Amino acid sequence: MAARPRNTGLVVGLVLVGLVVLAALVSFLWTPHDPVKVDAAHRLLGPGGANLFGTDKFGRDVVSQLMVGARTTLYVGVVAVGIAAVIGTPLGILAAMTPRWLGEFVMRVNDLVLAFPALLLAIMFGAVFGADTLTAMVAIGIATIPSFARIARSGALQILSSEFVLAARSAGRSRLTIAVRHVVPNISGLLIVQASVSFAIAVLAEAALSFLGFGTRPPTPSWGRMLQESQELLTSYPRLALVPGLAIAVAVLGFNLLGDGLRDRLDPRLAARL
Amino acid sequence: MLEVRGLGIRDLVRDVSFEIGAGERVGLIGESGSGKSLTALSVMGLLPEELTASGSIRLDGRELLGVSEKDMSRLRGNELAMVFQEPMTALNPAMRVGRQVAEPIRIHGTHREPRKAAEELLDSVGLPGTSRAYPHQLSGGQRQRVVLAIALANNPKLLICDEPTTALDVTVQAQILGLIRTRLAERSALLFITHDLAVVAEVCERVLVMLDGELVEAGTTREVLTAPKHEYTRELLAASDLEARR
Repeated sequence: MAARPRNTGLVVGLVLVGLVVLAALVSFLWTPHDPVKVDAAHRLLGPGGANLFGTDKFGRDVVSQLMVGARTTLYVGVVAVGIAAVIGTPLGILAAMTPRWLGEFVMRVNDLVLAFPALLLAIMFGAVFGADTLTAMVAIGIATIPSFARIARSGALQILSSEFVLAARSAGRSRLTIAVRHVVPNISGLLIVQASVSFAIAVLAEAALSFLGFGTRPPTPSWGRMLQESQELLTSYPRLALVPGLAIAVAVLGFNLLGDGLRDRLDPRLAARL
Repeated sequence: MLEVRGLGIRDLVRDVSFEIGAGERVGLIGESGSGKSLTALSVMGLLPEELTASGSIRLDGRELLGVSEKDMSRLRGNELAMVFQEPMTALNPAMRVGRQVAEPIRIHGTHREPRKAAEELLDSVGLPGTSRAYPHQLSGGQRQRVVLAIALANNPKLLICDEPTTALDVTVQAQILGLIRTRLAERSALLFITHDLAVVAEVCERVLVMLDGELVEAGTTREVLTAPKHEYTRELLAASDLEARR
């Protein structure tokens, strides 16, 4: 394999995601100010000085809120994608290995869930179980299961029809071990890409839910709620909406680029061809 | 040792009967779509889901048709083994070669150290030190040797080769054929599917000829290739360049 083709998307994605992760990690140890301390004397300060991006209408430091908010964002993304991957992947592979009618049935149910808007599901969950970060994560996770199941099934069907699976069976491998040792490693590239893209969607969904008041409860900082709180000040203090909005855009773009870049790198067949 | 009686698969294979004794090398020839591969797959119990075989296939007197998948997988890779046509797709691209060779040994517990046995097997097919390579790092011929090493791992009673040399160039073909002849145990039987008559002449003692799902001729390689009885075999011979090479 000679020089790999330059993968600018992957690098940019890694940098953006790294930025968000770094902000979240540092926030555990240090933030410029207490992100939740209300300080009426210093409300709506402009950028610069002691507060890099200024303060909001309650006098809280925007940078500190942003950093702690990154924690919420990643937390929701990891748990939601985790739920979706852990349930969706085996479901999809199983649907590919069972008799055709059963697999078709599973996939039609899957389509039904897929057709249901994630935000609506999360709002329903919020109404029933009480709106907080956990219900939002679980709801987003459940709504993401179908996309994993779908990807896993189509990938598994392709792998299962390949000659090396026939060869593995002719070597005496049972169906279950074929699923674990032959199917999963060969669709892992697909799944990682899906995880990255789903992560971006989950970040967006969490922000939207918090914006609507169905996500993270105050006073825990969240990018979505920062947006919502700045809504009434949009014309007079646009930067208060701009900063969390940009943070969301950076995270979403980062995970999308990472997903695309990883697909090119991880697929062993693609890598072999490059 | 292998006894096939009245094998039928829908109307794709009709009333095929033949026997292969221990240590016998038998060729199965015929054009694409004549049912050669289906016959082989039904012996392995690997027919596609929507097809079922009727009739009887016995290995050392044991009936193989209708046997559960679990019992069948106990035989596969152990007493029955198969080499596939396309070495590019017959190996898992995401698994190191050594692990793939060790698989049948590990599954059937035939050797205490599967890893070591796998390396010896790779040595024996002329690929020393490749156990840590991924399939895409090997050439087509090298991959086919890996496939052969996997098939031979447990000294199968019956080795089925489904056009193992079709996808390879002529010099590599000769190497693979040589390996099959030298590495296959004396007592192991071989069912060699091909449409290359020169290969049959080189490897097989007996030949079966299939046409449109039926067995139309059977006999020693010499008989069939020098004095074909069936019209189709005659055409096949005329179409091949076997005469020119002899």
